[in-house]
Amino acid sequence: MEAQTLTYIFVGLSFALYIGIAIASRAKSTNDFYVAGKGVNPVANGMATAADWMSAASFLSMAGLIAFLGRDGSVYLMGWTGGYVLLALLLAPYLRKYGKYTVPDFIGERYYSNVARVVAVICLIFISFTYIAGQMRGVGIVFSRFLEVEIEMGVIIGMGIVFIYAVLGGMKGITYTQVAQYCVMIFAYLVPAIFLSIMLTGNPIPQLGFGDKLLNSEIYLIDKLDKTIIDLGFSPYTEYSKSLIDIFCITAALMFGTAGLPHVIVRFFTVPNMQAARRSAGYALVFIAILYTTAPAVASFARLNFIDSVQNTFYKDAPDWFKNWENIGLISWMDKNQDGKMQYSSGSPFVESRPIFSDERGNLGQRLLENEANASSSNEVYLDRDIIVLANPEIANLPIWVIALVAAGGLAAALSTAAGLLLVISSSISHDLMKQTFMPQITEKKELLYARLAAGITILLAGLLGIFPPAFVAQVVAFAFGLAASTLFPVLFMGIFSKNTTKEAAIGGMLAGLVFTFSYIVFFKFISPELNNSDYWFLGISPEGIGVIGMILNFLVMLLLTKSSKSPPESVINLVETIRRP
Amino acid sequence: MTFWQKNLILLSSLLFFWFLCSFGFGILFSEYISFMKIGGFELGFWFSQQGSIYVFIILIFTYSYLVERLEKKEKK
Repeated sequence: MEAQTLTYIFVGLSFALYIGIAIASRAKSTNDFYVAGKGVNPVANGMATAADWMSAASFLSMAGLIAFLGRDGSVYLMGWTGGYVLLALLLAPYLRKYGKYTVPDFIGERYYSNVARVVAVICLIFISFTYIAGQMRGVGIVFSRFLEVEIEMGVIIGMGIVFIYAVLGGMKGITYTQVAQYCVMIFAYLVPAIFLSIMLTGNPIPQLGFGDKLLNSEIYLIDKLDKTIIDLGFSPYTEYSKSLIDIFCITAALMFGTAGLPHVIVRFFTVPNMQAARRSAGYALVFIAILYTTAPAVASFARLNFIDSVQNTFYKDAPDWFKNWENIGLISWMDKNQDGKMQYSSGSPFVESRPIFSDERGNLGQRLLENEANASSSNEVYLDRDIIVLANPEIANLPIWVIALVAAGGLAAALSTAAGLLLVISSSISHDLMKQTFMPQITEKKELLYARLAAGITILLAGLLGIFPPAFVAQVVAFAFGLAASTLFPVLFMGIFSKNTTKEAAIGGMLAGLVFTFSYIVFFKFISPELNNSDYWFLGISPEGIGVIGMILNFLVMLLLTKSSKSPPESVINLVETIRRP
Repeated sequence: MTFWQKNLILLSSLLFFWFLCSFGFGILFSEYISFMKIGGFELGFWFSQQGSIYVFIILIFTYSYLVERLEKKEKK
């Protein structure tokens, strides 16, 4: 059977499963729709959280990113897991004890102000939309590479599937679909990783193979990798190349950002009590760690494997996968020294950032390029980082069903995250804006209808962003984490750990964090990108890490304003005491 | 000491380890502990790409276990 037929079967079966689950667990009340009736088992919620959290970027791009960033890639590994400690220890149990439906709900009631609620909704919508556009794009890319449909068609199919189970099932439907999606995703990630690990080191556990000796050799894989890439002119794999302060701040921004992301926090509203919320965060991290500790192993295997099979190899002897991906346009080779061999080293092979293919083929069958050769580097090979995970099964010579599985896994990752985001956007509109602020008289039935309508409209908007992606999708990811860290996290934290923080303080703090972080990122990413280097950064902190400074600013503003404003009413102090009580 | 004060002490001590293993061993003092090795890994590198994640998991379950004991005492 052909790879493509198999992919259709795998993807089709997984979609049928998701829809089946959604129909079986559809929502009947707003309680079901917003928080799955608060009856989800902590282990199941842990799995759902993991699927919700691990997006198309985690599944498809992270290993490739680490393979080329080396040690600098650690910021993602620590940053995107360490936030769960903050969640489990500082936020999740207390927000669950509070017991309402959304994050702005808590902010609105704790800070006794609808202005605070609306500011929180604005932050939430900004953070979540940034994210969801990327997911829909991910769905489109997987469809177009493996099923050979247009990206637009892929996005529309993806929208349709998410529409069915998110609008019908609400949080309840999403939770149980995410459990299934987690299983598909993790199986698809581990199978190629295990085979690669056995192939290179003989050790079937990738996490251990990563630190093991190469097969039939006395040399450690890491040492070999370090030596190989240093010889080719790259900086060492095991040492940081960015400044320590920048590494520190990016890691911290990702951690605090993770803890402040509304679609993650809201997952802990679905379990029965605060004890379950804590344990559930632990289970979630276990399930996330299975992928996140495999990723750096896959990264090192793939980097070494790629260099081994490409460097100084005659093009005519290049492996099949090299030529397949060259045909798709994500790998290219420019024979600068006319020796028929591929030379790979640091630096870009050409002046432009991406290959521009002509329609012709060279005498060895390679695709010819119209790029201008980069004279300052001897590198002849271009490789798109995103293909590392997708190409792994082919690099390891795995059977075609593994390729089909990886496609289904990538879709599961993108769809599960998109659905989670969709739900927090729609519930903040129907619950926080309509029911709590502007139309308090509507019935529960009406509210549920509005929630479904909001979800439908959000899907349409997200789909449009997927089909017509703004050029800056990849760049604004820094926004989501930086903004969550500098707006929502400090306000939630102080709301629980300080009884006297006032509404003026919360509103001022959120706005200060938002304006500072937003302007810093916009200035360096869009207004003056030519100044975007460490000479011009504040204290040497890049836009990716600036959320931490925004967060500190937010805390300072809150402390100052709390001192100068009237202390909160008795009812709020009682509320804080209640949520702290076991 | 009240339940809340005990909880705050527990929280801060666990967050100390959270900081030590990620920002400390993984980033700030990574160089100073790199003479130690686990298999092929230098210790600092291992903490930044694997070890800190395992520590995070242990911290959450430790907190969950200890605070539930405190909560039971408090309820009695």
